[in-house]
Amino acid sequence: MSGHATTQPIDAKTAWGGGTSPFGISYGKMMMWFFLMSDAFTFSGLLTAYGFMRHKFHDVWPVAGDVFVHFPFYEGHIQLLYVAFMTFVLIASSVTMVLAVEAGHRMDKKGVIIWMFLTIIGGAIFVGSQAWEWYHFIHGTEHGAVRTFIKDGAWVTEVFHGANLRVNEYGHPLFADFFFFITGFHGFHVFSGVVINIIIFIGVIKGTFHKRGHYEMVEKSGLYWHFVDLVWVFVFTFFYLL
Amino acid sequence: MERDDVYEYSLDTHHDEETGKKVRKKIYMVLLIMSAVTIFEVALGMKLSGDPAYATFLKYTFIALTLLKAGYIVMVFMHLGDERKNLRWTILGPYIVLIGYLIYICLTEAVYAGTIRPTLEMIFGSGSGGHH
Repeated sequence: MSGHATTQPIDAKTAWGGGTSPFGISYGKMMMWFFLMSDAFTFSGLLTAYGFMRHKFHDVWPVAGDVFVHFPFYEGHIQLLYVAFMTFVLIASSVTMVLAVEAGHRMDKKGVIIWMFLTIIGGAIFVGSQAWEWYHFIHGTEHGAVRTFIKDGAWVTEVFHGANLRVNEYGHPLFADFFFFITGFHGFHVFSGVVINIIIFIGVIKGTFHKRGHYEMVEKSGLYWHFVDLVWVFVFTFFYLL
Repeated sequence: MERDDVYEYSLDTHHDEETGKKVRKKIYMVLLIMSAVTIFEVALGMKLSGDPAYATFLKYTFIALTLLKAGYIVMVFMHLGDERKNLRWTILGPYIVLIGYLIYICLTEAVYAGTIRPTLEMIFGSGSGGHH
């Protein structure tokens, strides 16, 4: 079978008549799209649950812009600047990934290596930044918050700092719970994306894909990486901005 | 025996240096657009988030801009815009329908749970003994 133009419109009979992929893409790419859809539903469920709780407790929900005000090596408070930086890094790494895929379409092995390397670096910077954010969030501010509880039969008042799965100095404990769960789940996806990218990167260097004749594996790994970026765009909007 | 039913679709997607230049230019344009939109969003957030008069405008602007960015990522970066129409609809159709409904119903229920229900409980008491 030659001369298959994958994006030319073809009639339904030819497409579904057998002997060809109805969607015009390979099995591997189709499966990656299916997985991304299922993962998208998972994240949508998480974000919708967050939205539900945030609106239910709207009067005690912390404003994210006032919670995330730190920047590394800077003592003052700037609203959300570090998160904006993280967003930019992830989008930039997505761009370098697209450029790697484009280089693969031209069988330009050196180009693929350069761009994939930059993508991996971008991903690593993002994971490190997220870890830094977590540290600051858990550590808390000098301000702290007061909580009262019964200990050994008597009411005790104490000042506590930071946030974890039980207490949250910044506001409602659910805010902290959702923060850790959503950004943690997303961060885990970024981390696994970086690992997958490294594995494919090694394959590119070894020449596996050049010998194969196409860099479709880079494209599939790129789809996963773009999905990770896409989820972050939504998390950034619904968690930090709204 | 060699298989004649396995076709390598990805070999069709190769392009030459000239097309590559055009593709790269498009990619850089989209990066510029996405960065500009993000900077605009953050700036808008920094200026207007304290002001309750702009709250609804801010909310819907952010959602619209986020959907715009998402559209660029899916259509250009993930190359879904270059794929066949049936694949595009297979991916986007169910997602739009299901997630659209999910967002609507969750926000409706959340507003009810946050405002109307506590008011009713205040007026009428918590009925069958409140939360279990």
